[in-house]
Amino acid sequence: MGETMAERKTRHVGLFVTCLVDLFRPSVGFAAVKLLEDAGCTVEVPRQSCCGQPAFNSGDRATSREIAAQVIDAFAPFDFVVAPSGSCAGMLKIHYPELFRGDPNWQPRADRFAAKTHELLSFLFHVCGVRAVAARLAATATYHDSCSGLRELGLRSEPRALLGTVAGLKLAEMHDANVCCGFGGTFCVKYPDISNAIVAKKAANIAATGASLLLAGDLGCLMNMAGKLQRDGSAIAARHVAEVLAGMTDEPAIGAPHAPSGPAP
Amino acid sequence: MTEGTSQTAAAAAPLGIAKAATHSASTQCFKGNAKAALGDRDLQNALKFVEVNFIARRQEVADRLPEFEALRDAARDIKDHTLAYLDLYLEAYERRMTEQGGNVHYAVTAEDARNIILDICRKLGARAVTKGKSMVAEEIGLNDFLDANGIAAVETDLGEYIIQLRHEMPSHIIAPAVHLTKAQIEGDFRRAHSDLPRERNLEEPTSLLAEARSVLREKFLAADVGITGANFLVAETGSSVIVTNEGNGDLTATLPRAHIVLASIEKVVPTLEDLAQLLRVLARSATGQEMSVYTTLTTGPRRAGDLDGPAEYHVVLLDNGRSAMLGGEFRDMLRCIRCGACMNHCPVYHAVGGHAYGWVYPGPMGAVLTPALIGIDQARDLPNASTFCGRCEEVCPVRIPLPKMMRSWREREFERHLSPAAARWGLAFWAFFAKRARLYRLATAVAARLMALAARGRGRFRHLPLASGWTRHRDFAAPQGATFQSQWQARRGAARGNADPPGEQGARP
Repeated sequence: MGETMAERKTRHVGLFVTCLVDLFRPSVGFAAVKLLEDAGCTVEVPRQSCCGQPAFNSGDRATSREIAAQVIDAFAPFDFVVAPSGSCAGMLKIHYPELFRGDPNWQPRADRFAAKTHELLSFLFHVCGVRAVAARLAATATYHDSCSGLRELGLRSEPRALLGTVAGLKLAEMHDANVCCGFGGTFCVKYPDISNAIVAKKAANIAATGASLLLAGDLGCLMNMAGKLQRDGSAIAARHVAEVLAGMTDEPAIGAPHAPSGPAP
Repeated sequence: MTEGTSQTAAAAAPLGIAKAATHSASTQCFKGNAKAALGDRDLQNALKFVEVNFIARRQEVADRLPEFEALRDAARDIKDHTLAYLDLYLEAYERRMTEQGGNVHYAVTAEDARNIILDICRKLGARAVTKGKSMVAEEIGLNDFLDANGIAAVETDLGEYIIQLRHEMPSHIIAPAVHLTKAQIEGDFRRAHSDLPRERNLEEPTSLLAEARSVLREKFLAADVGITGANFLVAETGSSVIVTNEGNGDLTATLPRAHIVLASIEKVVPTLEDLAQLLRVLARSATGQEMSVYTTLTTGPRRAGDLDGPAEYHVVLLDNGRSAMLGGEFRDMLRCIRCGACMNHCPVYHAVGGHAYGWVYPGPMGAVLTPALIGIDQARDLPNASTFCGRCEEVCPVRIPLPKMMRSWREREFERHLSPAAARWGLAFWAFFAKRARLYRLATAVAARLMALAARGRGRFRHLPLASGWTRHRDFAAPQGATFQSQWQARRGAARGNADPPGEQGARP
């Protein structure tokens, strides 16, 4: 806010697309690109794999460090690193510096990298000063606060504020929106029954809102909640919040069948 | 304690020291415990209390106190400072305590503590002991041990009394019987208090409480020794502090001939002023009270002119692995003031309750503390059974980084090859690709296409052979088609009007 267009144009963003978006839902990545470009950023996507959380949270520190070093290197040329995920952004911003603490070469690099890394909505709101989007969607949606975004990065009001500017969209708060959905990365396959008990409560809270659309900022949580809703026979659609903010909701919702007209581009 | 067991105990009284009946840990069976817990309807009903009431009450009192967050910082700093000079504060506490006529005993291990307590009881010829709620007593398996040595120990906290009737461990560190419904407790009372009229009405919780009171009143008067834990020990005055809501702790401490305080070494705080600050966060974090109903300081035996109090006063200071934590990465865990807020806010605890964790300390604090006390090889699942949602750390009154320390345990497990082989192989396979971004991009491009084809336009899978843990309960969303990176590459290539550089090309959509 309060900058000239020329200053805005200088924001050179490397998109950390996240492995789940890359593999399962590229449309979220393209929605992020559109939102960033609309905010005056230039966006590039350096070659990447994963932020390393599966290794980090499994106690494999050596692999985590190798992957972290690779990510820090790949994004060295950019002014900013932006990820459409609170969980991956938290890994990059909070945990990379922890991984290299005390390392004279890498700690300063990890600290600098952390300082320029942002979760997508946080970046749009706080760095780019975006306060409204041009999107339109006639629906009632409910928003789930994913844990890392909420508790590691303090993301709470930003998604709600921006969603509030989507024409036609109504927000219905669910009970316990800030409670974990039970995904937890590898937790959901290591302890599937406990994970199921947790997501069952979440699905009930989502359904109780009467919303037709579930939104969140992390694809892992979304796949977990969408999968549970679908297994329960619910018709509630699930999307990443970036898709709605970018006005890119032509793709079928998460886990929904393709439209009969054939695969989307 | 039922008549039956106390008779057994008396009959079994040996000359030497009997070994403690195994205060058995089932930490190794976490998954099986959890599965059983998820299918236990009574437990699931009882657990709703934790999820609803504890959280709302804490939030309410925290919101009412503007300086609550600053108090948490102060509480953390007081504990950190004390831990940095723990040896000095323990010596100061011991000196002040001894000056007031008390006896301080150091116990390195659980066995040492049990033997010290038994020795005190034997010297007094004690046959009956009352107990205030003490997690450290649970940790050392004190009741079974005293029982096996002919001394009947009766729990006097209502929740502890109930689980003692059931021969269970506490399922929560401040609400030991929170896993039970009222109907189950009524059944236990009718079974245990078989001398009372059968037709009596026990519908109301207050009638259960009244019955426990009248039964326990006799025990209080008959006890030779009272054993309590300590929430804090104050170095400045030599005082031991307990916070309770039932007043049973006071009767335990003052009525018998001797009072034994059993406390772990990290309970010491420097001054009364420090104590006051910690008390302000303790009850608020625990039960959502501003203060617990009773906050009792005891400082040595009865003095000349005192109206009541014990003739002998002993303090057993237990290490049991804690001093080894002081110098390492789990040191912050020693800040814990046992409020239970972490488990009250834990989605895993809400789902499976405290017994699933298999030992004395459940929930996030147990997932960090238990491996330190009984060995990570005995408790491999505990630090893994967390989604890392971070709510425990968010509410911890002394800001213990619980998820970070659970991750530290996972690192130890990984280093020592204690994690399951399948998980290690899966991780190694994934890491091979994740560390080679170019190869990763090619492999995922193929995988995404194959999975999208396999889903045949239905958008998701109901069964996936390698992800049955997921698809047992949930559908699994199929990839949209080409990966983001391959699409991006293709677009950039098209925009530049030239082909991808060799080796950069992903599978095109």
